[in-house]
Amino acid sequence: MVVIETKQLSYVYSEGTPFEKTAIDKIDLSIEKGEFVGVIGHTGSGKSTLIQHLNGLLKPTSGSVFVNGRDIWAEPSKIRKVRFEVGLVFQYPEYQLFEETVWKDIAFGPGNMGLSEGEIAERVGEAARFVGLDPSSMEKSPFELSGGQKRRVAIAGVLAMRPEVLILDEPTAGLDPMGRDQILGEIAGYHRATGSTILLVSHSMEDIARYAAKVMVINDAKLFDYGTVDEVFSRTGELSAMGLSTPQISDIFRRLYQMGYAVDPHVYTVGAAKNDLLRLIGKGAAADA
Amino acid sequence: MLKDITIGQYFPGDSPVHRLDPRMKIILTLVFVVIIFVPDNPVGLLVGGLFAAAGYLIARIPIKMVRKSIKPVIPIIVFTGILNMFFVGGDPVFQLWVFKITYEGVMLAVLMTVRIICLIAGTSLLTYTTSPIALTDGIEQLLGPLKRLRLPVHELAMMMTIALRFIPTLIEETDKIMSAQKARGADLESGGLMQRAKALIPILIPLFVSSFRRADELALAMECRCYRGGEGRTRMKQLKYCPRDFAALAIGFACLGLVIGLNLIFPSVY
Repeated sequence: MVVIETKQLSYVYSEGTPFEKTAIDKIDLSIEKGEFVGVIGHTGSGKSTLIQHLNGLLKPTSGSVFVNGRDIWAEPSKIRKVRFEVGLVFQYPEYQLFEETVWKDIAFGPGNMGLSEGEIAERVGEAARFVGLDPSSMEKSPFELSGGQKRRVAIAGVLAMRPEVLILDEPTAGLDPMGRDQILGEIAGYHRATGSTILLVSHSMEDIARYAAKVMVINDAKLFDYGTVDEVFSRTGELSAMGLSTPQISDIFRRLYQMGYAVDPHVYTVGAAKNDLLRLIGKGAAADA
Repeated sequence: MLKDITIGQYFPGDSPVHRLDPRMKIILTLVFVVIIFVPDNPVGLLVGGLFAAAGYLIARIPIKMVRKSIKPVIPIIVFTGILNMFFVGGDPVFQLWVFKITYEGVMLAVLMTVRIICLIAGTSLLTYTTSPIALTDGIEQLLGPLKRLRLPVHELAMMMTIALRFIPTLIEETDKIMSAQKARGADLESGGLMQRAKALIPILIPLFVSSFRRADELALAMECRCYRGGEGRTRMKQLKYCPRDFAALAIGFACLGLVIGLNLIFPSVY
């Protein structure tokens, strides 16, 4: 079932002034329910503009956005409802924290939905568990937490709305490698547990190769490609031409292939690389998956 | 939305007006204000208007910028005009009950309106042709003598520079926080006054927190570069008066003299 669809979606900044700029240009997209999609594109490619259309924060200059088959701008007064269905976590979301306690901050979203006290409490607890927040920190001020913990609180604030679609704009920017792996692991856990659709914007091809099933590439305001990780990462030449790196392991394998070794040039995860090398030196692919 | 507001209105260019020393431009602006307020007859005011128009022409600032700078003060202009029209005594041209419009009133209203428009247009030319940094530099130097009175002139100028520098940053930040809270279902557009004021809390608190963080970071970065205030501080770009600065000043004073002379020749309208 298609959960998000865009038709000829375009957005122009400062239309009619000398500063006019087309941020996204006629994008047709359709995302199936329950998919984990990686979104890549270099800075200024229009990916942030695109994701802000999916929950109705920006109104398209032309074209339309459908959530569960309904045009979200058909009734502009009900646009807030769309934001509960499509949750958006911005870059550096910890800068949006404002409440006295962590608990209250996570409860802001569900509170805006007009839920009952009991329902709010349940959702806050659930969201905090998903991001691994310690119950003892729930009554602390969000401002006394560490950077990584703050970010967890901010992500929990969106999870607590139980969105059908969760969009995260570089949720690991500025975190150390361990914090990065933890947060991505928590998001993957949420995906498995709830079956919701995830869109993950990231600059790290390794992360996308590891967690996402499909990849969307935005280049120069246009949708360059949308397909499985296999399909997209096999176009490494074109990706690097537009300034996007591919996973390091796939670069190595492409070079090995060019040097004449009989390896698979389309490898993009370390696990698959290991299997391929084992096959090559004759120990069989089944050794370790 | 918020990005459309322009506060720094500098219009980059390379005209003789742009190249004038910022200090001289500030002085000329003051002279211009006097030129605009001295005349009590239309001919004198015309000279002032031409002075401003010549400035715009030389600076190659599009005339629609003038419209833009006058737009926000239109209510004040209209209000001044109406007040002058009704409350000046003299020969009545039109009378209805207690309201009467006099010939003198109309003349004065027109004169005042033109005067305010010239004033706004002429002084805007200063900010159109001078970058905010050059402007604060000029103010700092002009106020230099006040340092003897222990007035922290350099610090004031620095504060002004920093404030100007951070306006766009803060606007962008506000935009971002608003989007983030809207994504969590915050309702900023509906409800009564109290509700709307309350809805601002989730925006103002993060904004304050990040402003303090930025201020801290900036202070640290300045200290790392050994900033110690204005005492004994030298500057890379020294302001120097050139012949053209004095030529401009001479033209300004010539206009002022002309306007004073015209006041003696033509009869006053009030």
